Amino acid sequence: MTNPVFVEIQNSIDSSEVLLFMKGTPLFPQCGFSARVVQILKHAGVPFASVNVLENPEIRDGIKEFSNWPTIPQLYVKGEFVGGCDIVTEMYQSGELTALLTEKGVTQHAA
Amino acid sequence: MAMPAGEIEALIRAAFPDAKIAIEDLAGDNDHFAANIVSEAFRGVPRVRQHQMVYAALQGRMGNALHALALQTSAPE
Repeated sequence: MTNPVFVEIQNSIDSSEVLLFMKGTPLFPQCGFSARVVQILKHAGVPFASVNVLENPEIRDGIKEFSNWPTIPQLYVKGEFVGGCDIVTEMYQSGELTALLTEKGVTQHAA
Repeated sequence: MAMPAGEIEALIRAAFPDAKIAIEDLAGDNDHFAANIVSEAFRGVPRVRQHQMVYAALQGRMGNALHALALQTSAPE
């Protein structure tokens, strides 16, 4: 029997080019790590959707199992798990994030 | 929730016997660490997978007993 939480997660991942599972919202991040990824996405000029896991405990736990990643935030681009705060930060600093977004055809506005 | 640095290093050492491990306690609260791990096991492995390997070595403590662990992983130069 497919896990209904996984189905819900998969649907939200499929319906957004860039999706950030985070604590809080882009306007009011509730965790430093989540806030940093929001900042990076804004600097990279990437429109993104977000899921506030604090409002949905099932998603908060389900996403960790779904991605085999134990912490929040988690960034998805075109349905693919990119990483948490460390990896997104490292990728942004090295230019890998912009390259990935371009390769995946994700719209980026000049910041 | 907290966890001593020594315990983190022991768990990582058990999974990566060849590794060079440097652990830094960022906040002095045994809860926010940075770890730099250099091991042959990471050669040619995507970064996300490298970090997942480290989390597996920590046997479920990551996100539980251990709140924050900033990871830097790489293969030897």
